[in-house]
Amino acid sequence: MSADSASTSDSPRAQRVRAAIRRELRADGAGEESVGASPVIALEGVSLAFDRPVLEDVSLEVYRGETLVIVGESGTGKSTALKLILRLLVPDRGRVVVNGRDVAGLSFEEALATRQHMGMVFQGAALFDSMSVFENVAYPLREHTSLSDDEIEARVREKLRFVDLDPDHVMDLLPAELSGGMKKRVGIARGLANDPEIMLYDEPTSGLDPLTTATITRLIVKLQRELRVTSVVVSHDIRSANRMASYIALLADHRIAFFGTPEEMAASEDRYIQDFLGGL
Amino acid sequence: MTSPLFARLNTEAKLAVFAVQERAILTWNAVRFIFARPFYGADVIQQMNAIGVDSLFIVILTGFFTGMVLALQSSVSLQTFGATIYLGHLVSASMIRELGPVLAGLMVAGRVGSGIAAEIGSMRVTEQIDALNTLGTDPIKKLVVPRLIAALVMVPVLTVVNDLVGIFGGNVIASLSVDIPSSLYWRTVWDQIASDGFTLRFIPNDFVQGLSKPLVFGGIIAITACYQGLTTSGGTEGVGQSTTRTVVTASISILIVDYFMTQMLLAFF
Repeated sequence: MSADSASTSDSPRAQRVRAAIRRELRADGAGEESVGASPVIALEGVSLAFDRPVLEDVSLEVYRGETLVIVGESGTGKSTALKLILRLLVPDRGRVVVNGRDVAGLSFEEALATRQHMGMVFQGAALFDSMSVFENVAYPLREHTSLSDDEIEARVREKLRFVDLDPDHVMDLLPAELSGGMKKRVGIARGLANDPEIMLYDEPTSGLDPLTTATITRLIVKLQRELRVTSVVVSHDIRSANRMASYIALLADHRIAFFGTPEEMAASEDRYIQDFLGGL
Repeated sequence: MTSPLFARLNTEAKLAVFAVQERAILTWNAVRFIFARPFYGADVIQQMNAIGVDSLFIVILTGFFTGMVLALQSSVSLQTFGATIYLGHLVSASMIRELGPVLAGLMVAGRVGSGIAAEIGSMRVTEQIDALNTLGTDPIKKLVVPRLIAALVMVPVLTVVNDLVGIFGGNVIASLSVDIPSSLYWRTVWDQIASDGFTLRFIPNDFVQGLSKPLVFGGIIAITACYQGLTTSGGTEGVGQSTTRTVVTASISILIVDYFMTQMLLAFF
């Protein structure tokens, strides 16, 4: 397996040139954003290692309203990238910039405050199993807002309906009583509770049947289109990635092997990318 | 070239020192966060119920039978010297100064410590701790501090219950087996308590000794259980291991700290 391509059109230099052109286009054309707008999330030359390298010299950018899907084989550092953005981890080298701030330089309390503007959906949903669905979705509102009980309930109902759940049916249920798909949707509703500008997803369709996978994918697309939420999705599901992604970043050998649109990825002549896509 | 054995010992030693460091940091953060916002009052009340109220039955059972056994065994020795009248002195001194705090601590370490480690460990392996972090909540303030406060309050309360029930258990044996009237027994209990002097004119020194220990033991139990839970890894097997380590570590720590506290308190009182 190799991240380097023999094809000129997919050489690292060609990719950097395309990325630079793309940056200009994205900054100019990101909806109502002004010319030269900076990315919402940027990894700049990030490297991290534990017993062995996890990420090496990884650079990527996500602009407002975009959905970046990070794909790759297991163990290539996809979930680590999310943890770096959340400042659950700090890079050994490079910078992780969120809304113009280097998150590695934040104190623990500042990092906690920064995360209040982000929503995270975990692979297993990570719902608090001693709390009902209502209490799970209400949790960030109770923690970080001064909303009244009625306002909180109204917000919870709104978020549950957004993820196509009937509030009257599910609000009193415990996480153990939910199906896998319902847990993921409640997790998304909880992530959305505080109207974050950034949503992060760790394998949102993992372990789900095809129909539920399509439902979750549709939800993520809906978030981008209706709420202009900037999203970073870690996934090994290339089909879902093609549906929801504005851009795809392929991690291989702890590096970015490809960064571009789903169409560019499908048209790539790189052997490794073709093998990766050939798993469809 | 280092031998594999030396390398292994070196690694284990470093891990042990690292664990002590991490536990000290957790203790420091938990104590200072008691006075920092936000305050999770509802969680404190819930934990006081779980640690205190739910442990009452086992503490009462432990105290009662300990008091009875203590009186039974002591009466055999005292009868040799015709000194059974001192049974109340002996039972009350032993229960208040030593057996009450230690046995209450060990019971709570087993029952409550394991529960805390299992609960927080399960949260760790199911990413709920990470979820708290991503939702902008400090897990130490939310999970550790309420349990620490609850343990600091309720373990001394449970110790008092343990002491009272244990002394009552001794009264049962004194009345039924040794023919010591209850009135005489309780008078000798009070004589023992008063004989060691008072602090601040009203607080018997026996109580100072007997309540300072459970305060420390409660802290040991809460911090040990929370630390093991927060550092759990390896799925459900890891949760089981954390639970076991909590009970063993907390129990041994209580026994060791008890010795040193006894030395220190006897020097002062």
